[in-house]
Amino acid sequence: MEETTKRELVLSINGERRSIVARQSETLLFVLRDGLGLTGAKPGCLNGDCGACTVLVDGTPIKSCMMLAIETVDKDITTIEGLDDAPIQHAFVRHFAFQCGYCTPGFIMNAHALIERRPNADEATIQEWLESNICRCTSYQEIEAAVKEVLEAKKAKPTDP
Amino acid sequence: MAVGKSIIRKEAWDKVTGRAKYTNDFKEPGMLHASLVTSPYAHARILSLEARRALAAPGVHAVVVGEGLPLTGEDMRDRPPIAVDKVRYYGEVVAVVVADTLAQAEQAARLVRVVYEPLPAVGSPREALKKGAPLLHEHLDRYEKNKTTHPEPGTNVAHRTKIRKGNIEQGFAESDVIVETSVSFAPSDHIAMETRCATAEIWPDGTIHISASSQSPFMIKKLLHAYFGEETGKVIVHTPLVGGAYGGKAPVQLELLAYLASKAVGGRKVSVWNSREHDMVTSPVHIGLEATVKIGATKDGLFKAMEILFLFDGGAYSDKAIDVSRAAAVDCTGPYHVENVFCDSLCVYTNRPYATPFRSFGHCEQAFAIERAIDELAQELQLDPWEVRRKNAIHPGHTTPTQVRLTKSNVGNMPACLDRLRELMHWDEWQRVEVDAYTVRAKGIGAGWKTSTIDTDASSGVILTFNSDGSVNVISGVVEIGTGTKTVLAQIVAERLKMDVDQVHVKMDIDTQTTPEHWKTVASRGTFMAGRAALAAADDAIRQLKDIAACVLRASPDDLEVGFGRVFLRDDPAIFLPIKDIAYGYKFPNGNAIGGQVIGHGHYILRRLTPLDPKTGAGKPGPEWGVCAEGVEIEFNRRDYTYRIVKAYAVIDAGKVLNPKAALGQAMGAMSMGLSFASREGFLFDKEQRVLNPQLRTYRPIRFGEHPEYIVEFVETPQIDAPYGARGIGEHGLIAMPAALANALSLAAGVPLNKLPLVPELIWRTQKGDSYGSV
Repeated sequence: MEETTKRELVLSINGERRSIVARQSETLLFVLRDGLGLTGAKPGCLNGDCGACTVLVDGTPIKSCMMLAIETVDKDITTIEGLDDAPIQHAFVRHFAFQCGYCTPGFIMNAHALIERRPNADEATIQEWLESNICRCTSYQEIEAAVKEVLEAKKAKPTDP
Repeated sequence: MAVGKSIIRKEAWDKVTGRAKYTNDFKEPGMLHASLVTSPYAHARILSLEARRALAAPGVHAVVVGEGLPLTGEDMRDRPPIAVDKVRYYGEVVAVVVADTLAQAEQAARLVRVVYEPLPAVGSPREALKKGAPLLHEHLDRYEKNKTTHPEPGTNVAHRTKIRKGNIEQGFAESDVIVETSVSFAPSDHIAMETRCATAEIWPDGTIHISASSQSPFMIKKLLHAYFGEETGKVIVHTPLVGGAYGGKAPVQLELLAYLASKAVGGRKVSVWNSREHDMVTSPVHIGLEATVKIGATKDGLFKAMEILFLFDGGAYSDKAIDVSRAAAVDCTGPYHVENVFCDSLCVYTNRPYATPFRSFGHCEQAFAIERAIDELAQELQLDPWEVRRKNAIHPGHTTPTQVRLTKSNVGNMPACLDRLRELMHWDEWQRVEVDAYTVRAKGIGAGWKTSTIDTDASSGVILTFNSDGSVNVISGVVEIGTGTKTVLAQIVAERLKMDVDQVHVKMDIDTQTTPEHWKTVASRGTFMAGRAALAAADDAIRQLKDIAACVLRASPDDLEVGFGRVFLRDDPAIFLPIKDIAYGYKFPNGNAIGGQVIGHGHYILRRLTPLDPKTGAGKPGPEWGVCAEGVEIEFNRRDYTYRIVKAYAVIDAGKVLNPKAALGQAMGAMSMGLSFASREGFLFDKEQRVLNPQLRTYRPIRFGEHPEYIVEFVETPQIDAPYGARGIGEHGLIAMPAALANALSLAAGVPLNKLPLVPELIWRTQKGDSYGSV
């Protein structure tokens, strides 16, 4: 039944070309996790409500449970595994902005995109971006401190990568 | 050296880089997947179950049903792991389909045909206790149970805890005023971001390999023995990092299904992983409550008597709900001195998802009742609610409701917490102000205390192994559920061994075959029990290091000290041996050797705890009572009944803060959870007790930007036999939050708000009266 709907997909993930055979109805999240072993993106609701599966597609944070893998062909996908020593990772560690760590990859990817895309984000913008992820352990105050610290640092040194 | 510092959690970089692995991240080729078939009714007879079409579907290996399975339950065995004959809650498992892929299992699950005959559903504890209410368990008298469980056959009462202290009639007779308050809230959920997951595999030699996102890996062994007769030595449970738990992963449920599923497919590895919807209703939930509190007091607000009725909504099966109802009774008065106490705490069966511990274990629930009643008493007497709490605050010399005498060590400093809260909140400046025509600002407070109510023989063990570079590995059965306890254990070990905490490595995963047991990672007892075990293990290692060094240095072990990576002479540290040279034994220049790898071990068992007397409740449930005082400041809009939580405060007696930033995180996270629960969480049931909002879109926890400013301080009153005096702090931030929010909003809106969640509609309805139209 399924075999006929499977096809090979070549995806560009974290700067590498990865080839995978998947059902056409498979979500990006499923393919990343079960097909490619990239388990950093987490399933939390499979309904786009919690944000734990957030990855970047052409730099835009996307809930990977809401996108088919097939839609990402020819697009650049960045997962938490592809984030290389980003300032937001350091800030999360410094500010104790996670506890159990399950929502963390999604939160970090979303926050990273915010910092890259909206370095001058005001309060309302920060909230609009980050309210799409749920964290159940922290109070969000720690995450807020981490994100704002990186935004401030970026403003102070705008040429810094 | 390490204690008292904000050491970064050991697994921090794994968690920010995606390397951290949770149960469902471990996949292997050939692993089978299960899908749960669940009941669409809350109460119904199962007339037939037809699985033929499902079994014929592509990839399907087995459909597991409930017939012939033993009943399960930790205190009383009332729950079939898979329903037979009857379903008792919406979402209850009626069959488990096992297939090659999850997609195949899910597709086949839809082909299982179950014919039900709906029965009248019982929707709340009060309804369940009415004469003539449908019985959930007709054979309550036949269930196997432990000695401390007291069901009432012929009713829906699974257990009743009685607290009888002093003379309640006399207490009320001595009172100038008696205030009675009733509160209620429906069951809700933990919403750990990682939904529960378990895998099981049975090897040809009979060993059972379970992986589980669980707070209780060691309990899984015991229960597989108790329910299915498996030898505990043959059950090996692996628990990696756990993605949030909050009590919800203390019960054992999916593990049993995975085990049964694996058995059905010849022992192959099967994964059972909850969808969010199943995780919310099929797996155990946060308990609901209906309570009535009667406080008798003098004119100046001194408590003389408390009569309390807790009706806990245990849902369809009693499992851990019995314990929750008992824990609430144990501390039923809140952190106040009351000489005359009469409390009945019931765990009541209803046709709702079954309940289990939720962070604070019955205490945020009971505190909501007590603290609302205290505010109503203060209003009645026209006294400052802070003054009333301060006047009655518990302190050493008093006795608890279960008649334990409190000492300077076994209770935190309640007055100090209240005093500091008053300063932090600028309580005396204002409590309610009208900012403009519509906007009101108001403050509310509450206080809480908690002891653990866990098994009287709960124990914890720690093993320390040394590496040849002189560093140490800490192996403990505490599950890293996000609390950072394992990092704190590393700090404790580093402190005792006087070494750099970077040289202390932590084994995060649990493997019950090689990890010493920690009873369960619950009840804010990780740091206390495992910490004591870690200290004992460190002392054991120190003794071994000294013995080896004594031989080499030709000195008595008594004259040696261990620290800074060395064993040295106390009176002349220049004479020393590096630990790395003796961690694997010492080799003399001529090749002779002594010692061997240094392996320290230690354990701790709770002492002198007793079960409660069934008639009076007298008994010692836990080693110490931590205390807290909390408050919130809100801005309420009188026009549309919305509000904003502006600030949230907590002052917690931590005994000793071992890791300041981690402690703050625990307190603030718990406060956030309490505010989220109180302000917006709760299951919505239809008349047939079906859950209408088992999704994060319709059940909406607090999100970024909705959080208030958090202000947290710690008081430090050491518990003298705890590691460095530290008390449990993982739960206290939550305890008084719902009550404080309700108190603030009641003051703002001018009506008593005694239900949760405190959504604008509830406030509007309460103010306008139930008859005022409908939406």
